Order: sequence, then C-alpha cells, then structure tokens
Amino acid sequence: MRIGVLALQGAFREHVATLAAIGVEGVEVRLPGDIDGIAGLVLPGGESTTMRRLIRRWGLAAPILDLARAGAPIFGTCAGMIVLSRTITGDEEPILPLLDVVVERNAFGRQLDSFETDLAVPILGERPVHAIFIRAPIVEEVGPEVDVLARLDDGRIVAVRQGNVVATAFHPELAGETRFHRLVATMAAEHADPGEGAGRRPHPLRRSRVEP
Amino acid sequence: MTVETSTWATKKGLAQMLKGGVIMDVVTPEHAKIAEEAGAVAVMALERVPADIRAAGGVARMSDPAMIEEIMAAVSIPVMAKARIGHFVEAQVLEALGVDYIDESEVLTPADEENHIDKHAFKVPFVCGCRDLGEALRRISEGAAMIRTKGEAGTGNIVEAVRHIRTVNREIRRLASMREDELFVAAKELRAPVELVQEVAAAGQLPVVNFVAGGIATPADAALAMQLGADGVFVGSGIFKSEDPARTANAIVQATTHYDNPKILAEVSKGLGAPMRGIALEAIPEGERLAVRGW
Repeated sequence: MRIGVLALQGAFREHVATLAAIGVEGVEVRLPGDIDGIAGLVLPGGESTTMRRLIRRWGLAAPILDLARAGAPIFGTCAGMIVLSRTITGDEEPILPLLDVVVERNAFGRQLDSFETDLAVPILGERPVHAIFIRAPIVEEVGPEVDVLARLDDGRIVAVRQGNVVATAFHPELAGETRFHRLVATMAAEHADPGEGAGRRPHPLRRSRVEP
Repeated sequence: MTVETSTWATKKGLAQMLKGGVIMDVVTPEHAKIAEEAGAVAVMALERVPADIRAAGGVARMSDPAMIEEIMAAVSIPVMAKARIGHFVEAQVLEALGVDYIDESEVLTPADEENHIDKHAFKVPFVCGCRDLGEALRRISEGAAMIRTKGEAGTGNIVEAVRHIRTVNREIRRLASMREDELFVAAKELRAPVELVQEVAAAGQLPVVNFVAGGIATPADAALAMQLGADGVFVGSGIFKSEDPARTANAIVQATTHYDNPKILAEVSKGLGAPMRGIALEAIPEGERLAVRGW
C-alpha cells in the first residue's frame, strides 16, 4: 500500500519521512497520473495560495476529489486544511471542498505569533499531541457531519474529521508525532483492502458447486 | 496547557513550509500582489532590487518601514525584509514591524565588518547567506533558522549560485563520509562548532532549510538550483527586471515545482519575452562583488 503526498510545494518530504517511520511508502504527487494506485493522500503544510494555484494549474482537483469520493482517506495539515475547506473567510474560492467547515487563514497573526503547545486529542489516546502551529489557520464553524478532534484551551477548533477526510491546523510531521499518520494509514489500508470477510467464500475443493 | 512562541521549531518550521517555492523581491505593494498572484510563497520587501542597488552604488540600507508595512498589508503570504550585516538595530526595527523573516543580507552595505547579528536574541527568525558549509554553520550557530546560498545578486548570472550550492552540498557529502574522530579537525577547518559539524555528518544535510539565491533569471535557472539540491529559490532582479514580470514569475514557480520534468520545463519556458539583461561575472570588479560580504 502506498500513500501519496501532494508535492507541489511545502513540507512534503517531512510527511514522506513520517510515513516511512511507520513503515508506509509515501509517494510524491505532482501530476494527475501520480494519483494512480495510491490508497490515500496527504496535503502538506506550505502556502495555501501557492498550493491552490498549482492544484488548479496541473488539473489535480478532479482526480483528488474522485479519490476522496471513492473512500480513500485524505489528510491535510495547515495549508492542507485550508485547501480542503468548503469556505475560506475572505471570500477565497474553495478548491477541494471536502470538509464542511469555515476556516480562517493566518488566524493567530503573523510569524511572531506562531507557537507550540500540548493538545488533548481523545481519539489518539491519553498521551497529548505536541502541536506546532505556524501562521496557522483555525476552524471557525463546522457542519453537522464534522467531528471535532481537538480544541485549544479557549475552545477554538484545530483538528477535524469528516468521514474519510482528516485535517489539523498544526504540524504533526514537524513534531515527531506519528499517530495521525497511523490513523490515516489504517484508513488507507481498510480502503485498499476492506478485509471484512467480504461475501461467502466457496470451499476450495467444491468450487464447481455454484449457488443458484 | 503552556503555549510557547518563537521557539526553534516555529522559526525553522516556517522555512520548511516555504520549501519547493519561490521567494520574490518586491519594491512596491503592486509588485507584491503580482508576486502573490503568480504563486510566490513569500516576498522580500526592499527599496530597490539588487540590480538597481548595484547600479546606484552608495550605501544600501534597510527599507523605509512605511513601505514594508504597505507590502505587509497588501498580501497574505509571509513578508521578509533585509537588515544590514551586523546592524542589530535595523533588525529590532523590522521585528517591531512584525515582519515574518529577516534576511541579514550582503546585498545591503555591511554595518559591522567583524560581527554578525546575534540572532538568538530575536523572536523573529533570520535567513542568512553563505558561500560554503563553514559560513552556513557559523550563521546557524548565531541563530539563523534558514540559510540561502549567496550567488551574486543583481547579475542575472547563475554561475556563482551554482558554485555555492555545489560547494555546500559537496562539503556535506564529505562530512557524511568521515569517521567520527575526523570530525574534530573538519570542524576546525570549517571554522564551525563541532556539535553542528557532527549533526550535519550524521544527518547528511543541514539542520535548517537551504534555498538558492543570487542570479536566478529563468525557469531553467530555478530548476537547475533545485536539481543541485536547493530546497527552494529566491529570485530578486530576475522577475521585475524581465520584460513580462507576471509571466516570468509564474513560469519560475511552475519550474520550481516540476524541476525534474524537462517536458514541463520546456512548456513553461516558452514565449516569456526577454529575461533580465544580466552581467558577466568578469565584468564586475572584485571590490563590487556582493557575495564576499559576510564571513
């Protein structure tokens, strides 16, 4: 199983390295053809304006939306979260509106306001996540289908999940935090091979006796 | 929960987010908007592009804070600004403005011929230029959270940039091939702290992001820098001294993403009009070369 990492711009190598650390092969995605055969996709941090422009220029929106609709997990960090949002405040046009959220870019201010903190993320277990926020966005509103995975102490939403789409405003890939990638890899493995004991399996020696 | 700002991880992390991107020199808010629209990951606000600084001569200083603020207000991408080498008060002023990164830059006239700025003392992160690994590690030891190779700014001539990125990466490969007990002498020869030398030898790369700067004028120049191991590129005079800045800027952005795809490089290089005129290195007297500033 291979998981794609959108490699148009940003911290994509850090995501490939994090996937490698949990034993998953990450492949760089720059063109639509690179999406063939991947079981999930990571949208890294970077500059969302640049990334949106490059996604449009190279015709990546439709194949990524198809991949998501087929059920493959999509994981966005920081700029990746912005790119996945249905509404970006400031009237910027959404490009991969897979998350029913309203997101605000640079919500904490400029670089001098970038910060690190520990966050409770209950679905990942009791040990807190060390979260690095760099000129980070914030989720201002969520739709009914969206699960909130983490909030800051003041209640602001910084990690969400909607079905097979997961997004964080912070950077697990910069903090040596692998649990989000493990979650996404598990979702990707389930997508690639459901392994649900699917269907009735005939006895190996009695294959000819097909049920009517 | 405790919240910490301006940590080493956030300082060098912003540079990590800029990787695979193009940082463009701009002198007006209008330029900044053109750069953002073309896909720049950040802009460098300065009063004159290096080609004009070179032509004008005299002392080049930090830009007017009012102009920097106008540029910060005009775009949503990070804004960097330059301080003179060793001029820590210019850096204090830029930090007070709230710029996202400070470039302690040889393109401006140095303010101190012995000391660089103590960059650990600042909350805002710094990028510094280098010509070789020793210079890069000295800047990192002073607190630089991002490095760029210097090239020769304002020339539109890639030759020095190629020399510098090749030198840095060759010296890293050399360290990575050494025995532990040889690293002490290597540190002495590089005139760099042994701890950083050991870290580079073990990782096979710099501990911070390294961009290429100085002389990039075409999409192919940007792709050459990337194929030689750059994490991204700075383009100064190359964009706004070209015939069609918006198209040139956009083409350089595309070339930086698809740096190892010659078909796309050919496609984006078509019909851009004249690039900046450019200067042969031999035509620049030794005393007017910018890359030798800083040590």
